[in-house]
Amino acid sequence: MDGMRENDSIDGHRHNHDAHEASVQADDHADEHTEDLTLHEHTLDIAAVRAKLGEKSGKQYWRTLEELSDNPHFEDLLHREFPRQASEWDETVDRRNFLKLAAASLAIAGISGCRKPEQFIVPYVKQPDGMILGKPQFYATAMPFGADAIGVLVESHEGRPTHVTGNPDHPSSLGGTDAITQASVLNLYDPDRAQTVTFLGEIRAWSDFLKEAETLVADAKAKGGARFRILTGTVTSPTLAAQIQNVLKQVPGAKWHQWEPAGSDSAREGAKLAFGRYINTVYRPEKADIILSLDADFLASGPGHIGYMKEFYRRRKLTGPSGTMNRLYVVEPTPSVTGSSADHRLPLRASDVGQFARGLAGLVGLGSSGTLPPAAKKWLDAVASDLTKHRGTSLVVPGEFQPAEVHALAHAINAALGNVGATLYYTEPVEANPVNQVESFTELCADIDAGKVDTLLIFGSNPVYDAPHDFDFTSKLQKVETSVHISTHFDETAEYSKWHVAESHYLETWGDVRAFDGTVSVIQPLIAPLYHTHSAFDVFAAFTDKPGLTAYDAVRDRLKASASASDPERFWRKALNDGVIANSAYPPISVAPKFSAAGLPAAQAIPSGQLEFIFRPDSNVHDGRYANNGWLQELARPVTKITWDNAALVSPRLAEKLGLTQRAAARGGEHGQIVSNVIDISISNSKVTAAAWILPGQADDVVVLPLGYGRKNAGFTGSNKGFNAYVVRTSAALWSAAAGTEAIKKTGDDYPLACTQYHFQMEGRKILATGTLLEYQTNPDFAHEGDETPKNPKEMTLYKEFAYPGYAWGMAIDLNNCNGCNACVVACQSENNIAVVGKDQVMRGREMHWIRIDRYYSKLETKTGDPGGADYDALENPQTFFQPVPCQQCENAPCEQVCPVGATVHSAEGLNDMVYNRCVGTRYCSNNCPYKVRRFNFLRFQDWETPSLKLIRNPEVTVRSRGVMEKCTYCVQRINTARIEAEKQNRPILDGEIVTACESACPSQAIVFGNANDPNSRVAKLKAQTRNYPILGELNTRPRTTYLAAVRNPNPELEKA
Amino acid sequence: MSAGQPPMDSPEIQRLTPVLGPGHTYASVTDKISAIVLTRRTSVGWYIGFLLAFSIFGVMNIAIGYLFMKGTGIWGINIPIGWGFAIVNFVWWIGIGHAGTLISAILFLLNQKWRTSINRFAEAMTLFAVACAGIFPLIHTGRPWYAFWMFPYPSVMGIWPQFRSPLIWDVFAVSTYGTVSLLFWFVGLIPDLATLRDRSTSKPKQIIYGMLALGWRGSARHWQRYQSAYLLLAGLATPLVLSVHTVVSFDFSVAIVPGWHTTIFPPYFVAGAIYSGFAMVLTIAIPLRKAYGLEDFITMRHLENMAKVMLATGLIVAYGYFFEFFMSLYSGNKFDVFLVQQRLHGPYAPFYYALILCNILIPQLLWFQRMRTNVVVLFIMSIIVNVGMWLERFVIIVISLTRDFMPSAWGRYSPTFWDWATLIGTMGMFVMLIFLFVRVLPAISIAEMRELVTETSEEHK
Repeated sequence: MDGMRENDSIDGHRHNHDAHEASVQADDHADEHTEDLTLHEHTLDIAAVRAKLGEKSGKQYWRTLEELSDNPHFEDLLHREFPRQASEWDETVDRRNFLKLAAASLAIAGISGCRKPEQFIVPYVKQPDGMILGKPQFYATAMPFGADAIGVLVESHEGRPTHVTGNPDHPSSLGGTDAITQASVLNLYDPDRAQTVTFLGEIRAWSDFLKEAETLVADAKAKGGARFRILTGTVTSPTLAAQIQNVLKQVPGAKWHQWEPAGSDSAREGAKLAFGRYINTVYRPEKADIILSLDADFLASGPGHIGYMKEFYRRRKLTGPSGTMNRLYVVEPTPSVTGSSADHRLPLRASDVGQFARGLAGLVGLGSSGTLPPAAKKWLDAVASDLTKHRGTSLVVPGEFQPAEVHALAHAINAALGNVGATLYYTEPVEANPVNQVESFTELCADIDAGKVDTLLIFGSNPVYDAPHDFDFTSKLQKVETSVHISTHFDETAEYSKWHVAESHYLETWGDVRAFDGTVSVIQPLIAPLYHTHSAFDVFAAFTDKPGLTAYDAVRDRLKASASASDPERFWRKALNDGVIANSAYPPISVAPKFSAAGLPAAQAIPSGQLEFIFRPDSNVHDGRYANNGWLQELARPVTKITWDNAALVSPRLAEKLGLTQRAAARGGEHGQIVSNVIDISISNSKVTAAAWILPGQADDVVVLPLGYGRKNAGFTGSNKGFNAYVVRTSAALWSAAAGTEAIKKTGDDYPLACTQYHFQMEGRKILATGTLLEYQTNPDFAHEGDETPKNPKEMTLYKEFAYPGYAWGMAIDLNNCNGCNACVVACQSENNIAVVGKDQVMRGREMHWIRIDRYYSKLETKTGDPGGADYDALENPQTFFQPVPCQQCENAPCEQVCPVGATVHSAEGLNDMVYNRCVGTRYCSNNCPYKVRRFNFLRFQDWETPSLKLIRNPEVTVRSRGVMEKCTYCVQRINTARIEAEKQNRPILDGEIVTACESACPSQAIVFGNANDPNSRVAKLKAQTRNYPILGELNTRPRTTYLAAVRNPNPELEKA
Repeated sequence: MSAGQPPMDSPEIQRLTPVLGPGHTYASVTDKISAIVLTRRTSVGWYIGFLLAFSIFGVMNIAIGYLFMKGTGIWGINIPIGWGFAIVNFVWWIGIGHAGTLISAILFLLNQKWRTSINRFAEAMTLFAVACAGIFPLIHTGRPWYAFWMFPYPSVMGIWPQFRSPLIWDVFAVSTYGTVSLLFWFVGLIPDLATLRDRSTSKPKQIIYGMLALGWRGSARHWQRYQSAYLLLAGLATPLVLSVHTVVSFDFSVAIVPGWHTTIFPPYFVAGAIYSGFAMVLTIAIPLRKAYGLEDFITMRHLENMAKVMLATGLIVAYGYFFEFFMSLYSGNKFDVFLVQQRLHGPYAPFYYALILCNILIPQLLWFQRMRTNVVVLFIMSIIVNVGMWLERFVIIVISLTRDFMPSAWGRYSPTFWDWATLIGTMGMFVMLIFLFVRVLPAISIAEMRELVTETSEEHK
């Protein structure tokens, strides 16, 4: 990717923006066309025409009588570029329509040719540096995300950012991304974005806002600064923080509050408990042999997770039976991505995880003890002995949503095991202003109640939606005289705020941001703001004495000032080019724990029989901020495979106790629609109604309430989906609340959930091969046990085998490295212009993802395949495996033989090419595909009208319309781009030169693509391993995509038990 | 039947029940049959029936219009179930379209005289069924406006259809069958059209029938040519009866889907087709002879013979079911074994049991002559067999697709309003065409019936 990052100059950016501005204007223009689509025929006033003729003297030419009558509608018609036809424009431009249009536009050109254009349209006289039309450019930037920033390289086509790739130089990406980062580009083009400044819902000019800001500052100064408050999410941007400090300086006494609904107060407070102050922890999973996660989903969420995943899986790469692996233990209440890929997983209630941590602290000699059920006790002993055997190479990771004491205990345990400095280190906090956010927010609410707040600036937070319900923030916000909300959407908080400033997307603004280890990146824009939006920096600037200071200048000046380099300009350019500022990561600090595990107060255990309700941010929409992102909404959640909704997750045993059931609906069935019981949940003096979902592997008596749904004002895609768990969340019980079983009541209603994979058994088929490291060592060929793949398939056919003398593209997917994180699915969707179909269509089994991630539970026998009829003991803690399934690109492809029109054909390099414009849509190929990877456009799923969505498309991939079959192509457009480059240089395509979208997104490098004919290619080496096997090899389809069996590394001590 | 005849269950009945009622002469046969078209007043019942069928046909047109506007997504199909009602209906209608040509061609070659009075409308029914069937392959495609790509026409791009695909074989098989059936039917009609021309009193009728009669004058040379053409066409049509459904079955047996990939399909599909075809002939013949008083021409012997054919083909179908089942288990192929379990215990098991009931168990009543000669029982039975055969195709096509190789991709199918509208709509079209047919063309071959008069009178001498 490095080679493709070409831009090294600021000029390049600027040109880039200018170029785009023209296209943005063009789009605005296009917008006008689509408004008022129907031009009504207006009756002609003959009398008026006569009068007009009478007035005129000399030679008069008129085009029609309408014009003569000065009919304003006709004027309007003339001013449009394509009158009438523009409104009828459909995706089907057949020859006839084209000719009609051509004739019409010719006629119009004749009419309006004598008019001067109102604006000048200037073509490139000098092409911007590095830009070749038709060739994408890559720019490095960073996506701020909570207390972290993810370094990305963004692909830009003629000034339109279309696709996001990880930045290998950035510590929180290391080249990988996650689903949310991949989908962030869709947020930019979201048609529901707020577009201007508004006051009480009415459009205002930016200058009005500037004026208002000036008055507000003056007022605040006069009335005392304490009446001026700022509420933000977690801020890690040094420049933005400095700007906020500037505001606070301008208004002495003003206060900065913070609230992030899914933030990690516990981590901060845990550090304070252990070390006496706020400290940031950075893990080095690569250095650890034994990792214990105490309810931490550190591979899939939280600061640094992409980098951690990359590091973690570097220790799980096996090149042969002699390879070694790290070992992961996970204690958690509900199956997470991390837990599902653990070598040992223990389901425990969230409150028992604290007990577990105490017990573990005791076993490593810290003098505490915890009470645990006997089975867990045995597990704890084994883990403790394994950890103590690996002093200095072990790691204990506490979960973000565990209480502070668990974090403190983890710090103490890590210290006792000698891991500090080895598998983790401490730094200064990366947040600009670390505070206990609940306290900070509570203080703000109390002050509002006390009438001490006149002005409130809200940024990076949506408190009307996501504040704990006991704060009743909605009514509080209404008490504030002037409230200013800065957000990308006109959301719930905007509804109750006086001023709303539309916020720019990170791809539209300058800025900087700190990653989980302190590394600073410059956020550089790839496109001028699509609408009249402003960055938070601009808004805060309005409240300072330099309202005109741009973020660009601020960031640049700040950075140059801090540069020790002799050539600050060069330093700045390098920072932009690299996407990271060299050596900006915080150095490790040494801190001594001031904490005694034995001295902890007795934990409040939830009595058995009580239910534990825990709140978790959603894996896709996070705390709700991404609710309006269709890619994320339609993405099946890693473990539950639910799309478009959240559901209250219950364990099978609890479901049995409460009489909760679910069933596959007749329409869509297991691959689409699951009908679940609806329950009323009454906790914390509030009530919410949710659909229940039975989740194998969840700890008993635990109910998970995923946050981020039930939004009222998210936009077209995100509003009124799922249930709002914030409604029952209080500040006292942010992450877990206890209640008796009577808190759950079946309403008697059922609710359909869109679930893309309900069936979780392999039915004894050779689909996903798994084994343990020991098995692998003793029987390297374990993946082929019971394999019925024909040994000599060439003897099975009368025809001559097709030879692949040149390239033979192939893919190897190492199941050992896949944890189902979904990054590849969204990367594919973004790269290949894959449509979002909506909940209704997903429920009919028609989602369009070219790559799906199948999830299977192993060692599980159920009678009917439905959890409803399952054996509850087996469902308590099943082993979970994930398998990404793109098109298998069979050499002996069943799909190709049955297509009546030859729309799917084999390429000389072994791809199953799909010829979209030849496809008539018989769907025979899909029926005959044993892997069911083909996707059909049953309806017109693509959005062809929304102007902003036209910008997001990858111009190198056909946008498919209805009636056409589509599927994974191994990113054939990328193959061809590389081929052109290679042919220009008269050399073969190098290994690693072609990176498919899924491969480049994968943080654990589970997917490898390349030329299988080249024995030195990475893919050929993987395929040469004994773990390599095809899915359903007995069908003799000879797939080019093969899998490497998953290997787990269990602790023999626990295995025996 | 008049009193004094032997009881129904007498073994004599077969010999004694004639294929033509007693006392008919050339003139009476001609009068009676041509009167339906030419002189009898069109009954109110015909108008009501026609209007009803026509409105259902309208529903079909709306359903197809909406389909063309929106796309196949208005149906219940999905991934993995790419084929739903459309293909089920196609196979079902094609199956029904087998009886006509079988009766006309094969029974003609086998010199089965009893075929005479039923062959004309059986053939018409065949054509209409093929017309109904022909709609589906066109409309089920995602882009029907390009469906012509399935024909081997000289495209400027030099692209041909993909001849390895069974769907292409289908295109040839069905279009050939349709063409030959139409020719055969039309050739058989020529002498009758001439009769109608000669007997019609109004000018337009004379002109239309005259043109259709192709100048038939009934000379010996005409008859000689006519009969050799008819014989040749019968010979040509005979293999087609067997080939069409064989090729249709290839759509499935060539694919690798468990439940489709079965070598027994060709004979089993052909038997099933004849089974359902005869059932449909009965479904039409029984009300027709009642409505137009044709009991003398379509006698109990016809009905009984058709019942026997149904019984025989039904047994072949049962054999097919058994061996499909047996081979799946015997092969030990895990996918096939699983399929059998799914049919018996899966979510769609009720459909499988209903199919066994309709196609195998209930038709066993036909072993009893009392049943075979009971018009009401036969009519109900014919409907049941038609339903059963539709279910058979549903079980094979749809249910096999719901659970194939990858458990992660398993799904379910449920038809939408538009699926039903299209199915019922084609039934409306079929009935509408039958109504038009009996109104404007002789439903029974006059010329052949005249021959029969000679032959039977000789027999009775």
